[in-house]
Amino acid sequence: MTTPEGRSDAIVVEGLVKRFGDVVAVDGVSLRGERGKVLGLLGPNGAGKTTTVRVLTTVLSADAGRVEVLGHDVRRDPQTVRTIIGLAGQFAAVDPNLTGRENLRLIGRLTHLPKATVGPRADELLERFGLVDAANRPVRTYSGGMRRRLDLAAALVHRPPVLFLDEPTTGLDPASRLGLWELIEELLAEGTTVLLTTQYLEEADRLADHIVVIDKGRVIAEGAPTDLKATLGNTVAEFGFADTATAAAAATAAAPFAVRPPTVAGTAVHVELADGAHALLEVLRALDLGGTAPEALAVREPSLDDVFLSLTGHHAVDDADTGEGAR
Amino acid sequence: MSRSHVVGDTYAVTTRNLIAYRRVPELLVFSTIQPVLFVLLFRYVFGGAINVPGVDYVDYLMPGIFAQTVVFGAIGTAVGLANDLQSGLIERFRSLPMARSAVLTGRTLADLVRNVFVLALMCVVGVLVGWNAGNTVGGFIAAMALLLLFGYACTWIFASVGLAVRDAETAQAAAFPVMAPIVFASSAFVPVSSMPGWLQGFAKYQPLSVVCTASRDLLLGTNTGGHWVLGALAWCIGIIVISAPLAVLRYRRSA
Repeated sequence: MTTPEGRSDAIVVEGLVKRFGDVVAVDGVSLRGERGKVLGLLGPNGAGKTTTVRVLTTVLSADAGRVEVLGHDVRRDPQTVRTIIGLAGQFAAVDPNLTGRENLRLIGRLTHLPKATVGPRADELLERFGLVDAANRPVRTYSGGMRRRLDLAAALVHRPPVLFLDEPTTGLDPASRLGLWELIEELLAEGTTVLLTTQYLEEADRLADHIVVIDKGRVIAEGAPTDLKATLGNTVAEFGFADTATAAAAATAAAPFAVRPPTVAGTAVHVELADGAHALLEVLRALDLGGTAPEALAVREPSLDDVFLSLTGHHAVDDADTGEGAR
Repeated sequence: MSRSHVVGDTYAVTTRNLIAYRRVPELLVFSTIQPVLFVLLFRYVFGGAINVPGVDYVDYLMPGIFAQTVVFGAIGTAVGLANDLQSGLIERFRSLPMARSAVLTGRTLADLVRNVFVLALMCVVGVLVGWNAGNTVGGFIAAMALLLLFGYACTWIFASVGLAVRDAETAQAAAFPVMAPIVFASSAFVPVSSMPGWLQGFAKYQPLSVVCTASRDLLLGTNTGGHWVLGALAWCIGIIVISAPLAVLRYRRSA
């Protein structure tokens, strides 16, 4: 479908509300996922990310709001929506008693692939996700990383154009996480539209084109990863000078461009800049004009954790159980 | 949703559940050890003290054992569904374009197939301890069919239990106190006439007793007028008619 701005949105959520008894899990969330792009839904545990995904995937029904996938309303036409989406969840929903191959064949049958292609499609995915050697073993013998790969493969069996990845790497060790990120990046290169939820800032930063930050069921910020950082975080520049006198002079010269007075430590000067690259250029120009050009320069962009802290007043993962526990 | 998808999806889910029974044989072993112990206990320990007029006690006992077996076996339905809810597998099923009904019917049909195997095993055990296995082939087949129907009705009750409690241990713990009076305050092991008067009404007409009595009639060729058989059929159909829609409703709400 096409919006007034002429953008093609695969995922449309407007004013979504979902209550569980007295608890309002999602409180008026609106978001749009552009076709062929990755929308990152970032927030701590209990923010309402998974509930939003469950409504989008027809698992739960909304209390209020409009929710569409590729123009199909999830309430009016859930069965069509189910044919065009894939869901991979943080709870690795594969059958532990079936083998990897049997799991993928079961999904193939239940998504009504032509009978003759169920087997070949399963084999193709096992190959692609590095599970050929484990294909005939019951899934309960798999490692956590292997289970997640199989879960992701299961979401892809019927080649859905829209994919929902609900905290795909939560609870994984760093090596498995990196492996899964690479697999997801390959999918993105094929043009799949993705909605990714995560409580890992690094993950949203690496994979998402557009990030929606939610906390306590509400959207509190959104934008491209770089925009979010530029609006809300300060770029930190660390300069190194030949001697302490030059350093002191440079700190004075840089002061007008910094958000707070630069700090000097020996020959090093620490400058915090509000608008990133542009301010940095101004500082460098001033230093050059004043004859205090630096010997060394290190620039650190704000992390998304800094962003979250300034938006909510708490860290993104402060009280979060990063394991497999809470739902 | 076309009819062929309903059949195909139900078949796929049924097969999946049966693979689990094959691959985790503990599930089957535990559901048969208990009835085998009961056979030995009542045949050789208590049986001598129990007097049932006009019939060998082992022939009285075995239909009771069969009925008890399918009732306790139905806990497996609750455990299976609770596990699938807990693992998130049902969440994936909900996001697939499959027939909604296939999750529950696939479960109960797999448990029906399981009951065929378990009852066959119990028949062998019965013959080993001297059970006559019925007076006619037709009576034997009819009795087994009735017991399987009763087991199928019970799996629908326990489908709701599994969806409600959402975890396997709780399902097991919740089931026993409900089942114990049904299994023991019945004509499964001793004649109802030996019980106190206030208990006899319940013990005689509750579903498990009616199914036991009907099975004995079919196996022994007694009471060929068949009003116990009709009563048993009425109980089974009544249970399915009420508990299946309840389970479906529970499934729709259990997201």
